[in-house]
Amino acid sequence: MSKEIIKIEDLKREFTMGTETVHALRGISFSIKEGEFVTIMGSSGSGKSTMLNILGCLDQPTSGTYEIDGVSVKDLSRNELATIRNEKIGFIFQSYNLLARTSAIENVELPLLYNSKVSTEERRKRAINALEMVGLGERLHHTPSQLSGGQQQRVAIARSLVNNPVMILADEATGNLDTRTSYEIMSLFQELNKKGITITFVTHEPDIATFSSRTIVLKDGEIMQDYQNQNVQSAAKELAKLPKQDD
Amino acid sequence: MRLYNLFKIATKAIVLNKTRTLLTMLGIIIGVASVIAMLAIGEGSKESIRTTISAMGSNMITIRPGADDRGPARGSGGDVQTLTLADYQEIKEQTDLLSYITPVVNGGGQVINGSNNWPSTIYGVNPEYLNIKVVGLQSGSMFTDAEVKSASKVALIGQTVVDNVFPDGQEPVGQMIRFDNIPFKVIGVLEEKGENTFGQDQDDVVIAPFTTVQKRILAIDYLNQIMASAISEDDAPEAVEQVTAILREQHKLMDSEEDDFTVRSMEELISTFSSTSEMLTVLLVAVASISLLIGGIGIMNIMYVSVKERTKEIGLRMAVGGKGSDILMQFLIEAILISITGGVLGVILGLGATVFIEKFLNWPTSVALYSIVISFAVCAITGIFFGWYPARKASALDPITALRYE
Repeated sequence: MSKEIIKIEDLKREFTMGTETVHALRGISFSIKEGEFVTIMGSSGSGKSTMLNILGCLDQPTSGTYEIDGVSVKDLSRNELATIRNEKIGFIFQSYNLLARTSAIENVELPLLYNSKVSTEERRKRAINALEMVGLGERLHHTPSQLSGGQQQRVAIARSLVNNPVMILADEATGNLDTRTSYEIMSLFQELNKKGITITFVTHEPDIATFSSRTIVLKDGEIMQDYQNQNVQSAAKELAKLPKQDD
Repeated sequence: MRLYNLFKIATKAIVLNKTRTLLTMLGIIIGVASVIAMLAIGEGSKESIRTTISAMGSNMITIRPGADDRGPARGSGGDVQTLTLADYQEIKEQTDLLSYITPVVNGGGQVINGSNNWPSTIYGVNPEYLNIKVVGLQSGSMFTDAEVKSASKVALIGQTVVDNVFPDGQEPVGQMIRFDNIPFKVIGVLEEKGENTFGQDQDDVVIAPFTTVQKRILAIDYLNQIMASAISEDDAPEAVEQVTAILREQHKLMDSEEDDFTVRSMEELISTFSSTSEMLTVLLVAVASISLLIGGIGIMNIMYVSVKERTKEIGLRMAVGGKGSDILMQFLIEAILISITGGVLGVILGLGATVFIEKFLNWPTSVALYSIVISFAVCAITGIFFGWYPARKASALDPITALRYE
């Protein structure tokens, strides 16, 4: 039995908006094991974003427990949360969030700059490794403006891998990409997952979910469905099925 | 290690925004440059006053008739006739702190040599005058005590007088000139001294025995002043007191009565003029400091814009593990780097401006090391002070909000 990376029990998150209390998450429980590829789905207002923020240690639950890699997040300070994010989580965003006018390699190095345990040489080595893993070994010194959307997202994926996180957390990571490129990215995620990397993918696109091994569907702050995907599609095969591009 | 990384991040941000950074620095550059240049001018004028006065004889003591006329609305000391030759003799006999002493009578008039004439001032003195004023001779010799006693019609003239009444380059020594129709034989030419700090031409003088000037030219029996020289500069204050006591006794002044003369040492004069130029320095520095302050506000302004503009970047940095303190340091280092770089450029510009002022405006300047140190320190403090608030604001951002910021 592989170990549990994420353990969530009866997790609630409430926001106070003026005099009203909004229940964004109303008592959620699930766990994610090492090596899983989970998609969290839901329409807007389902509590998906709140779930993402808590999973990413950017926010804390109002009640209930959230443990990541054995650490309970509930009572941690701002600085302790930052350290958890730095060491245990790799973020991927919809809009890539790369630093402009900064080379791919420097963008990938960024998380390690905030980790004083990593030396300059080690940092550079790991950044190059990560970029090679996502197939950008030839474009180390390109800046975001010299890269396509897909390539920029690959840099962002490399950045999420560079700190050897226990889990990659992707927020609509294919939302800004065309079908072809998003299949390319999904196939990269599947490759990484095969290497044992745990991935949690938050999305509202149902076809993305078919590439993952498990899907959790949220609605109105509660889990509606949580099922293992019996028939995982291969993104690489889907990609091959797409009509050839002219260029 | 972490600090070094933050330093690198901050440098990068500055390099990526060269034009904006340079414009931001401009305020600091101008501020620092003006502080340095202003202080250099202030120090320079102070120093030049001191040198001129010292050149006039730093242990010189002057005794003038009339009460201290430094205050407002007093009569000019020159009109008062309370100083006499007896006073001079009394001081000379009783004092042990003066090395030289001479009575002085002076008056304006026309120096005439043939068809050339020139308005000048004649000083009637004794031979010790040259020692007191620390002035040598270009040619010829000083008159003697015997010539003073006999009220000889001999004179020494300054270079300005030579230039104007001997325009053909004639050797003046041995020639006859007339001062207000009294003929004098020129027996010497004074060393050139140029203008003093107060713009007075020190070479536009005629020197003659005081007896001659007193009787034949001015027809007076009092003295315009007495000049003396203390044994050393340190003895000057005590000599001033001694002379005052002798003269009060001599003038039979009661304790309740004010002095009817003024004794002043050069040291006093120096401090009077120094304090004027110090005041000027303070004013100049105040103006320059204001521009430094405005430079600081410029930094604060641009740091605010920078924080706003980079909200999303801050969100990202926080998401990948940057702590609040990392973000704070990053922006603080950026502000300090801007202000210190501005400071360095300002010092260079200030030194350049000082050289320019010295060379082309001919103003005396003197760059004080402390002005550089102070402006530098002020720059660093400005950076911290004006960078702190925007940096704090950046560090307090909520990562979720910052990441979603468009």
